Amino acid sequence: MSADGMTPWRALRGALVIVVAVMLLAPLAVVVIISFSAAPFLQFPPPGFSLRWYDVLFSTPAWTHSLWVSVQLLVPSSILATLLGTAASYGLVRGRVPGARLITACLMLPIIVPGMITAAALFGIYRGLGLNGTLTGLIIGHTVLHIPYVVATVSSALRVQDVQLEHAAATLGAPPWAAFRHVTLPLIMPAVASSLLISMILSFDELIVSLFVSSARVRPVAVQMWSNLLGDFDPTIAAIASVCFLFALLVMAADLALRAGRSLKIA
Amino acid sequence: MGGPVLELAGVRKRYDSVVAVEDLDLSLETGEFLTLLGPSGSGKTTTLMMVAGLQQPDAGTILLNGASVANLPPYRRDIGMVFQNYALFPHMTVRRNVAFPLEMRGTPAGEIARLVDDALALVKLPDHGERLPRQLSGGQQQRVALARAMVYRPALLLMDEPLGALDRKLREQLQLEIKRVHRERNISVLYVTHDQDEALTMSDRIAVFDKGRIEQIGTPEELYDRPATRFVASFIGDTNFLAGRVVGLAGGICEIETAAGRILAAGRPPIATGASVVVAVRPERVALAPSGTAGGGLRGVVIEQVFLGTGKKYIVRLADGTEVVSLRPIGAPPVERTASEVRVTWEPDKATAFFGRAE
Repeated sequence: MSADGMTPWRALRGALVIVVAVMLLAPLAVVVIISFSAAPFLQFPPPGFSLRWYDVLFSTPAWTHSLWVSVQLLVPSSILATLLGTAASYGLVRGRVPGARLITACLMLPIIVPGMITAAALFGIYRGLGLNGTLTGLIIGHTVLHIPYVVATVSSALRVQDVQLEHAAATLGAPPWAAFRHVTLPLIMPAVASSLLISMILSFDELIVSLFVSSARVRPVAVQMWSNLLGDFDPTIAAIASVCFLFALLVMAADLALRAGRSLKIA
Repeated sequence: MGGPVLELAGVRKRYDSVVAVEDLDLSLETGEFLTLLGPSGSGKTTTLMMVAGLQQPDAGTILLNGASVANLPPYRRDIGMVFQNYALFPHMTVRRNVAFPLEMRGTPAGEIARLVDDALALVKLPDHGERLPRQLSGGQQQRVALARAMVYRPALLLMDEPLGALDRKLREQLQLEIKRVHRERNISVLYVTHDQDEALTMSDRIAVFDKGRIEQIGTPEELYDRPATRFVASFIGDTNFLAGRVVGLAGGICEIETAAGRILAAGRPPIATGASVVVAVRPERVALAPSGTAGGGLRGVVIEQVFLGTGKKYIVRLADGTEVVSLRPIGAPPVERTASEVRVTWEPDKATAFFGRAE
C-alpha cells in the first residue's frame, strides 16, 4: 500500500477518465465545429470557417418560429412543474397523507413508463379535449413529464431538512403558510431552483411528446430539428444543435453560480 | 401567583399499541419551574409535545390559563419552546431569529428592535446579533434559542432537554443562566430532562416519570428525603437498598428482619407485619461507629474508602455480603481504617421501606 504502488493505478485511472471525457465530449465538439463550417453539407473537418449556417438559422422563419414556440413552452411548463412538484413534495413528505407512497409512485411514472406510451396516452386524451396541436396541450404534457424530476429533487431536500425547524416556527407563532415561506422554502430553495433549471433544459430538448402533440403551427425546436433531419439536411442542424448545447450550458452555469453564491453567503 | 397556568387532566397518548403517556394529571402554577424527570421513553417529551400542540392527546384535557387548547394549533397557543438541538433558523441572523416570533405577531418594527436588544442583553449576547447561528458555539446558540422563545413573553416556556447536547461545564453554567432568566422574568417553565442533578438544581417542583406515569411529584427536598416509590428512590440520588421482611410495626416505624440483621425504617400504611419490603437509605444518612462501642445497628467491615474532596465515601460489607455505602462529610469523626469492624446505623425515619423484593 505504498505511494509507489498507487502511482500506476492513479495513472490508469486518470487515463480512463480522459478517455471517457473525450468520448462524451468529442461528438459535441464535432457538431459545434461543423456549425461554423463553410461547406454546404456536413463535412468533417470543415474546409473553412463561416457563420452562414447561423445566418440561415436566424433568418429562416421555420427556425425562428420554433425557437419562439420553445420559449413559450419551456417557461410556463418548467414554472408549473416546479410549483406543482414542490407543493406535492411538501404535502407528501411532511403531511400525513394516506397512501403517500402510492401517490409518489404515480407522480414518478412519467420517467418509468416509456416516453412513447406517455405520448400516445396524452395524444389519446387530447383528442377528446381538442388540445392536440395547441401550445396549452404541449405545456400540460411537458409539465407532467417534468414533475417527477422536481418531486425527486425537492423531496430529498425536504427529507434532509430538520423538521424541528418547522416545529420551532409553529411554536413561535408562525401559521403553516408563514412557516413554509420564511423557514422551509428558503432552506430548500437550492433544490427548487435546480428543479426549475433542469425542467427548462428537459423541455427545450424533449422530442417524443412534442412530436405527438405538436402541429405545423405549434412546432418546438426539437420537432423542427427532427423533421429537418428527415429531409435534406445541411449544417443548419449543427448550428441549432450548438444553440441547444449553449442553452443547456448556460442554464447549468446559472445553477452552479446560484449554489456557489448561496454557500458563500452562508459561510 | 395567579391560578395554574397549565393543567393536564386524564391525558393519554398511544403510538400504535405502545402507551406513551397514561392518564396524566399535572398542574403548573404561574411563575413555577416544574421539571419532568425520567428515563428516556418515560413519556416526558411526549407530554411536552402535547402541551406545545405538536402532538395530539388521545384522551384528556389540556388547559392553558384555564382555557382548553384542544382546538388551538401550536401557533396560536402563546407558548415558547426551546429544543434540544436549538432549532435556530440557519439562514437567518441571530437578530432575525429572535425577531421572528415578534414579526409573526405583527409587532411594530421599532418595538421589535427594542425587544430584541432587550432579549439578547438578557442572555448576555448583545453583540452577536448580526452573526449566523453556525458562527456561534453550542452554548451561545442555546442562549439565542432561549431569547427567541421568550422575547414575546409567552404565558409558558417549554424546554425539551435544552442542555442535553452541551458538555458538563457549559451545562452547569447555563443551568444557572436559565434559573436567573426564570427569576428575572417570572416566567412559568415546564422543563424536561433525564438528568437528576439538573432537575434537583433548577426546579421548584419535579414530576418523576416512569413508563408513561408520574411516580411522584414534589419539591426536590421531598423527592430526595421522602421518595414515594422505590423507582423514585433509585432514580434520584444514590441509595442503598436492603431487602427483608417486616416483623414489627409501631408509630410508622417498622422493624425489619434482613439477612444481615434487624433494621428500622419508616413504612407507609399498607405495609403490615409479614410483608416483604425493600428499605432505601441514602449514603449520607448512614453513620458508622467502631464495633466496640455501645448501640445497635448492623455489623460490617469497611472494605474500601474513597476521598471525594467534599467528604469521604466508605463501602461496608455486611454479614450477609451486601455492600452498603456511607458518605461522611469532612469533619465527621474520623473512621477506622479499611478492614476494621464497624456498626452501621441510621435514624429510623431517614430510611424508607417499600413493598417488594430484592432485584
